[in-house]
Amino acid sequence: MKSMAELEAIRQRTLQRINLRREDEDKNVRVVVGMATCGIAAGARPVMMKFMDEINTRGLSQVTVSQTGCIGMCRLEPMVDVYMPGKEKVTYVHMTPEKVGRVVAEHIVNGRPVTEYTIGAAEDK
Amino acid sequence: MRDLSLHLLDLAENSVRAKASLVEIDVSVNEEKWITMTLKDDGCGMDKELLERVMSPFGTTRTTRKVGLGIPLMAQNARLTGGDVTLESTPGVGTVLKATLDGKSIDCLPMGDLAGTVVSLVTANPDTPDFLLTCSSPKGSMSFDTREIRQALGDEVSLNEPEISMWMLESLREELQPIFGGMIL
Repeated sequence: MKSMAELEAIRQRTLQRINLRREDEDKNVRVVVGMATCGIAAGARPVMMKFMDEINTRGLSQVTVSQTGCIGMCRLEPMVDVYMPGKEKVTYVHMTPEKVGRVVAEHIVNGRPVTEYTIGAAEDK
Repeated sequence: MRDLSLHLLDLAENSVRAKASLVEIDVSVNEEKWITMTLKDDGCGMDKELLERVMSPFGTTRTTRKVGLGIPLMAQNARLTGGDVTLESTPGVGTVLKATLDGKSIDCLPMGDLAGTVVSLVTANPDTPDFLLTCSSPKGSMSFDTREIRQALGDEVSLNEPEISMWMLESLREELQPIFGGMIL
């Protein structure tokens, strides 16, 4: 196990971030990854881990990642929903860890959804 | 599923949905390279009728559709190697799922990223349940308990803070490498 002292240092830093999040509650972003059997088999786990990694690297304290079950569109998994404050939900399909970087940079940080990865683009094909 | 760790992730989600407060995952490899994966929870459990149904691809507790593939897929991959899956459950007490696989079989899936499995479980379910991972092989053993981490972090800090997830991922990978080295992709 990496040292517990390290964990304590992380705890201190995290407490500061949590306070920041409380002040900016209206800016909170939610990322929801489909993690049923279909999502997992299609590769949802590395996608979720890549989101955590990107959010951590960029220090995006207002973003939380959670999971959902199967919504019946297994052929489009791994699917990810992004909820930005005051905006409609955006659903990304056939996600990969490689696509996560662009979603974080363009959508979560800069507010412009990556249209070509969304369910709308996939259904038009 | 591409590897055993993904099966464990999928099956442990059943325990989460069964409202377990503690999910124990044990992965052991013996001298003969037989792999035993045990998943034990203290969730709602299943009665006899449901227990028989979940082994079939057409048995599920879901009401939205009629298939549930998690356990059947695991059983198929275990049986391909000459192993099997057993399920024991008591309503109100919990469920124990045990999968045995012959690691020497050409059909045995690789172990995969167990660290990723545990961290995604914790990230997706930060408040409850707790997870206990124990692993052993002829090369060594380890254990990882979210109750210890929860205690160290206190009430205010959630287990799915990105920096904490990444810390868990790195420390788990570090510990698992010497035990299952070569079996982890």
